Amino acid sequence: MRFKDVFSIIGPSMTGPSSSHTAGAARLGRIARQWLGCTPERARLTLYGSFADTYQGHGTDLALIGGLLGYVTDDPRIPDAEQYAVEAGMEVEFYTSGLPAPHPNTVKIELWHGERECSLIGASIGGGSVSVHALNDFRVQISGEFPTLVLRHADKAGVLASVTSTISSSGVNIGYMQVDRKARDGEALTAMEMDAPPSEEILKRLRSLDHVLNIRVIDLKRGVDPNAV
Amino acid sequence: MRFKHLHELNTICTAESKTIAQLMIEEQVQETNTPEADVVKQMSEYYQVMKEAVRKGLTEDTTSRSGLTGGDGKKMAEYIRQGETCSGDASALAMAYALCVSEVNASMGRIVATPTAGSCGIIPGVFISSQERFGWTDEHLVNGLFCAGAIGYVIANNSFISGAEGGCQAEVGSAIGMAAGAMVELRGGTPEQVVHAVGLALKNTLGLICDPVAGLVEIPCIVRNGLGAVTALAAADMALAGVRSAIPSDEVIDVMLEVGSAMPSRHRETAQGGLAQTPTGRKMMQKLAKPKAKRAEPEETSETDSEAPGVQPEMDEK
Repeated sequence: MRFKDVFSIIGPSMTGPSSSHTAGAARLGRIARQWLGCTPERARLTLYGSFADTYQGHGTDLALIGGLLGYVTDDPRIPDAEQYAVEAGMEVEFYTSGLPAPHPNTVKIELWHGERECSLIGASIGGGSVSVHALNDFRVQISGEFPTLVLRHADKAGVLASVTSTISSSGVNIGYMQVDRKARDGEALTAMEMDAPPSEEILKRLRSLDHVLNIRVIDLKRGVDPNAV
Repeated sequence: MRFKHLHELNTICTAESKTIAQLMIEEQVQETNTPEADVVKQMSEYYQVMKEAVRKGLTEDTTSRSGLTGGDGKKMAEYIRQGETCSGDASALAMAYALCVSEVNASMGRIVATPTAGSCGIIPGVFISSQERFGWTDEHLVNGLFCAGAIGYVIANNSFISGAEGGCQAEVGSAIGMAAGAMVELRGGTPEQVVHAVGLALKNTLGLICDPVAGLVEIPCIVRNGLGAVTALAAADMALAGVRSAIPSDEVIDVMLEVGSAMPSRHRETAQGGLAQTPTGRKMMQKLAKPKAKRAEPEETSETDSEAPGVQPEMDEK
């Protein structure tokens, strides 16, 4: 099901004017921020399809910036997000592309902060719901509606078993899981939609596992940054 | 969820003697593992946001950032006060409130997407005007929102609810179907009548394109919300009178998918066709145009679209 529940139809409460081009854009920005794990120093956003054609009138640019600053969809600061970005020391560049994208409302977000660097490709699929298709060029399918653990790890036998057994020991159910890898024995990425947010204890144990490089929690339901230390 | 189609809403609710709203609440509790009280509270908060948007539209300045729209909801409300309306006061008030909420949206105010922001006026317009008319409690209207949500859930998962994917029929059309069906249940109609109301309403918007002038959710979106509220009331009346959708409502939803998939991209929220490209629409767009974004260089975008793995930037370690 592309749309998971009643609140993906009635809702979100949001700052206008467009659920796909404003609220969805804010959510994609916030997911990208969670994937980076902090406020970016520099952001480069490339818009495709209807996003590229109508971003200005819909405030798509403002909403994406608001999302990168951690704002939820009905944050009243969204209309003035450009100014808040300057105050937060975040440099933002927008590009439009005429190339075909898998979905008419697609954005590629590239972020930098110090040594950190990450990218995301996502689409706004309607009514404010979003779908992330790629994280650092790994294929994923993330809605952000459920707490989602994203792990970068080495493509080694047994890594997934130790990850899932660590999670199962906490009693949290994994609803959906995807694995993609760059190459055999190369870097891999696993995304897991969970029925409940992972505890700090579980995150700590997962970080200590062999071959696990990096862990992020993506969760649109939580107002606070789930990766905040 | 135990349902994916409208006919299942009817069979389950009829067999278990419950309303569609009750079924939706139960399924939401089950699906998201959230207590019923929290689910209902969330929806009640949304209903308050809708009421506040109507109030704001009636009393505050709703001039949009482009300056192209605003104030039409107030005009309608004033016109109703002056005397005999052509469509009847109930319809006219639903229209006035729908215009108000859509104008609040266009001026970057706070609204609830129902199912989208482009179509956010229809359900509040129908619900809030009917609440005043019939003296219903907020609780009753919140149940109506769950019923509308169940209908929208079926449409969204079998067709689409975004203009960029399926044109305006997917946004305003879906909202009218949701409002019509919910109105039937709010008035005490059967689940079967609810389902017929959805089909009757959707048939009237099949093929409606998404052609916003200058890409703004203003022209013709706001007016379509106003007129959509009236259509929803009319479809509810038809279903309550016993009129049936000769083509089953689930099949009408499939037609929306077929028509939307065949719709050219210029009629799917790109502002490259329809009303957006009329001589006047183009003039409005030129007045507002001040593109900020640069065109992406081809060599940079080619990697965007490639799924081939490449050398990846390293993120910080843990």
